Order: sequence, then structure tokens, then C-alpha cells
Amino acid sequence: MRIRAKHSAALASALVIALAGAARAEPDLDAKLVINGDLEMTTIAPAPAHLEGALGDNVISGWHYRDAATRQMETDDFENPAMSAVDEALAAWDTVDGSEGKSCADCHGAIEEGMKGVTAVLPKVTEAGALWSAEDFINDCRTNRMGAEAWDWDKDPMKNMTAAIALQSRGMPVNVAIDGAAAPFWEQGKEMYYTRYGLLQLSCANCHEQNNGNYIRADHLSQGQINGFPVFRLKNDGLVSIHNRFAGCVRDTRAETFSKGGPEFHALELYVASRGNGLAVEGPSVRP
Amino acid sequence: MRKLFVLGAAAMMTLPSVLSADTAPRDVAFADDGSVAESLTGVAGDPTAGLENATSRGIGNCVACHVAEGWKDAAFPGNVGPALTGIANVYDESQLRGILVNSKKTFEGTVMPSFYNLDDIIRPGDAYTGKAATSPDVTILTAQQIEDLIALLLTFDEPLPE
Ligand code: HEC
Ligand code: HEC
Ligand code: HEC
Repeated sequence: MRIRAKHSAALASALVIALAGAARAEPDLDAKLVINGDLEMTTIAPAPAHLEGALGDNVISGWHYRDAATRQMETDDFENPAMSAVDEALAAWDTVDGSEGKSCADCHGAIEEGMKGVTAVLPKVTEAGALWSAEDFINDCRTNRMGAEAWDWDKDPMKNMTAAIALQSRGMPVNVAIDGAAAPFWEQGKEMYYTRYGLLQLSCANCHEQNNGNYIRADHLSQGQINGFPVFRLKNDGLVSIHNRFAGCVRDTRAETFSKGGPEFHALELYVASRGNGLAVEGPSVRP
Repeated sequence: MRKLFVLGAAAMMTLPSVLSADTAPRDVAFADDGSVAESLTGVAGDPTAGLENATSRGIGNCVACHVAEGWKDAAFPGNVGPALTGIANVYDESQLRGILVNSKKTFEGTVMPSFYNLDDIIRPGDAYTGKAATSPDVTILTAQQIEDLIALLLTFDEPLPE
């Protein structure tokens, strides 16, 4: 209840500012994200070399583009509405499920130890040569190691678990591999990033590279980074997965979108993640 | 994010290219500079309908990307494109028609959508459902909606902003 009230207050103040005709704020690049008073986050980092200057000198977390009230919610785990989803996942972590009578904890131990640093390097190519996101690893363990049912890519149990796992990398730099076995996937993702989809003929780059900092209607365009995923969206009152966000952005160009968990979005996830190499893992973060 | 151009059921029923009196999207004649001299419909544009069109998310939604004195009351105009205040002093009717029909023929590679165009569309969708388009012949706006917008923009004859 407290969270909802805060949210409406934020919206109301945003509206007042807009109606007063004041110029809308540029991303506040001086703001510092410190979580729970002691975890300092790298929200602005030198742009990775592979971008060849496409985003200027720095890559910037989506956190900077949000209004002060939304940014504030991410600074304190008691205010971050994603944390109840994390609590549910922590309970699931210890719960036996499936025909093998095992819980995640039986094999991985405490999540703080077993999942430390995992999200920072995902997605990555497996020994078998597949590009896997957190969701793939989780379902592999569930179906092949626990004898449990796979979780739906975009439903709560999965989103909750990816949030709890991301939290174990919080503050660590995103560091996905783009060379070697990852290279062909990365190239595919890059190609998609610059393809102008749909009736509106817009690419990811048209909005998030050429126009970040500008407004499209009321929306302040960010660099479209995924270091904060899964994000808690106040609008949805729930967690949003990376592929769900991609699907929405492609759909909004009036295009036929791609499926969540499909090969195209895996490749795009790797490429977009690599555009944020060096930013701190922020998941689960808060967005309007 | 907000949907840029929500095609409502009503708009869907007026699939532009099937209206016989209109110039079909692929038959529009462009001059070398991207302008289009001839009216798409032969019917004079209505600036009031144009304003409704420009400021509605469901139709043209020009406000998503442009501010203009002519729609100063519209909430939250975006700034991806330049201000359109005084634009009638910059472009004539043919040039405006060209920009609206297919912006890419005037501004190479521009982010601005082409509102009456069927070519070079990758993975066309069925409005904003994320599903595949059910017809290959859908444009964002109808021919008459383009003419209405031109009529509106021609009233934007304020002094150009600094
Ligand atoms: C029977 C033991 C077992 C159980 C139970 C198990 N896992 Fe795993 N898990 C593994 C092994 C072994 C690997 C390493 C696979 C590899 O590296 O190829 C792994 C890998 C992972 C990874 C990828 C780690 C990395 O470093 O890339 C994630 C994420 C993961 N498991 C999550 C879970 C979750 C969540 C659960 C409970 C729903 C779970 N696992 C249950 C054995 C298990
Ligand atoms: C028409 C413009 C537009 C296009 C094209 C577009 N997006 Fe977005 N996207 C937005 C808006 C608006 C938001 C919400 C504000 C923001 O964070 O930029 C957003 C948000 C995002 C976010 C969330 C960022 C965060 O910090 O929470 C990601 C990730 C993203 N987009 C990725 C993509 C990818 C990948 C593509 C290409 C497939 C794409 N977008 C295409 C407009 C667009
Ligand atoms: C997705 C953003 C977007 C939308 C939506 C959009 N435009 Fe544009 N528009 C632009 C951009 C960007 C330019 C600058 C052209 C360039 O790339 O150089 C532009 C340029 C123009 C120009 C020429 C302005 C000048 O000073 O040269 C006119 C006129 C125009 N737009 C009218 C419209 C109208 C009318 C609509 C609604 C039907 C519309 N635009 C919708 C992005 C947009």
C-alpha cells in the first residue's frame, strides 16, 4: 500500500511540473546511486570499445533517465517494490520440487554463494554451443536435474528467480563475452539492433542510440540498457523480463514481434547486454 | 512505452489503398527533391480534422515527436523532431506532402515514419498486437488524412522561432 501511494505521488508531481510548462529534465547525470546507504553503483561507465563511439564516451544506466521519485525507490531495498518478488524466489530456492526430491539449495548451497556473479556474464554460450540466458539455465536444472516442470519464461516464478539471482551480482560490472563462440550470436544481435522494423520503420538504434535524452511523447528515451533487469515496472505493478521489454519495443513499431525465449531475442539480449559492459548489475531495478 | 500510433477499429476500416479515387501509395509521383505536387485525393484538406489527427495517439500522433505553436495545448509533446512552429514559411504544399507521404525521400534515413508508404517494411505487424499483419496493404494514414495534415501545416505561418 505504501508503495502504491508513493507511486501516485510521483506521477502527480510529474504532471504538475509538465502542466506548469517547465522544461522537462535532462537525465540527471550528477545523481549517484547508492543502495542501502553503502553499495555504490557504477551507473555511468566508459563506453565499450566495440561501440566505436556510437553512444559517445559513456554508457548510462536507465536509472538516470527516470524522475527523482522513481530513482529514490531503487536506493533502499525496503522501498524497492521488486523485493517481495525476490522473497518469493528465496523461498522457492529452498523448496524441494520435482521427482528427484531436490531444491536449488541442495546443489547450489546458499544463493548468495552459489549465484554470485552469474548474472553479470549472462547470456553466455554453453559447452554444447547454445546461447543461454538465466531462464534457460534455470529450466535446465528444473527439468533435467530436478525432474520438475519448466517455468514459463514470462511468468512470476521465473521472473522472481531471475530477480533473486540478479541480486547476487548487484554492483558487479556487466561483463558478457562477445568473442569466440559468442561472436556469431553477437553479430546477429547487432544486425537486429540496427534493423528498422514495422510500419514505423524504427530500429532500436533510432530511439535508444540517436535519440536518448529526447522525449517521445511523455517518455524520456534512455540508452535502452538491460543492466537493471528484470525491472519492476510501476505501470505493470510487477517484474518485466528482458525479452518482454524487447517484445514490447518491437511491437510498438507496428511490427510482428519475436517470441520471448526464441533465438532472435537471445542474440539481441547478448548484443544489448554487451552495450552495457562496465555498468553495474542493478537488477531488480525500478521503472515507471 | 506508449504506443505511437494506435490504429483503432474505426481507422482500420478505412484501408487507404482500396478507396478508388485516391492515388495508391505505389503510384504517388515524387519529384527529385522528394516533393509530391498532386493531391492524393483531389479533395481539399480540412485543417480541423488535421489537428485532431496530429494530436491523437490513435491517428497521426505528430505530437509524439514534434512541438508546435499550433498544438500548444497538447499534453507532453515530444522533441525527437524539430518544432513545426512557422513551418508554412519553410515548405510549400508539395514539399509538405512529400515529407508526409514518404519522409525518407526528403530526409534520407530520417527517424520520421513514412505515413503513406508500403515499401521496405520489415515484419509488418497487425496494428499494435505484435502479431503479423493480416493485409500487406496497410499504410499508417489514409490519403485524405495526409491531405488534412497538409492543410493544417499550411496554417502554421507564425514567425519562425529563433
Ligand atoms: C541436482 C543439482 C542441481 C539442482 C537441484 C539445481 N541445479 Fe542449477 N546447476 C546445477 C549444475 C551442475 C549446474 C552447472 C551447469 C553447467 O555449468 O553447465 C547448474 C547451473 C545453474 C545455473 C547457471 C550457473 C552459471 O554459473 O552459469 C543457474 C542460474 C542455476 N543452475 C539455477 C538453478 C535454480 C534456480 C535451481 C532451482 C530451481 C537449480 N539451479 C537447481 C545443478 C543443479
Ligand atoms: C519508438 C522508439 C523505440 C524503439 C524503436 C525501441 N524502443 Fe526501447 N524503449 C522506448 C521507450 C520510450 C522506452 C521507455 C523509456 C526508456 O527507458 O527509454 C524504452 C525502453 C527500453 C528498455 C528498458 C530500459 C530500462 O532502463 O528500463 C530496453 C531494454 C529497450 N527499450 C530496448 C529496446 C530494443 C532492444 C529495441 C529494438 C528491438 C528498442 N528498445 C526499440 C522506445 C523505443
Ligand atoms: C518518430 C518521430 C516522428 C514522428 C512521429 C513525426 N515526425 Fe516529423 N520529423 C521527425 C524528425 C526526426 C524530423 C527531422 C527530419 C530529419 O531527419 O532531418 C521530422 C521532420 C518533419 C518536418 C520537416 C521539419 C523541418 O523543419 O524541416 C515536418 C513538416 C514534419 N516532420 C511533420 C510531421 C507530421 C505532420 C507528423 C505527424 C503525421 C510527424 N512529422 C510525425 C520525426 C517525427
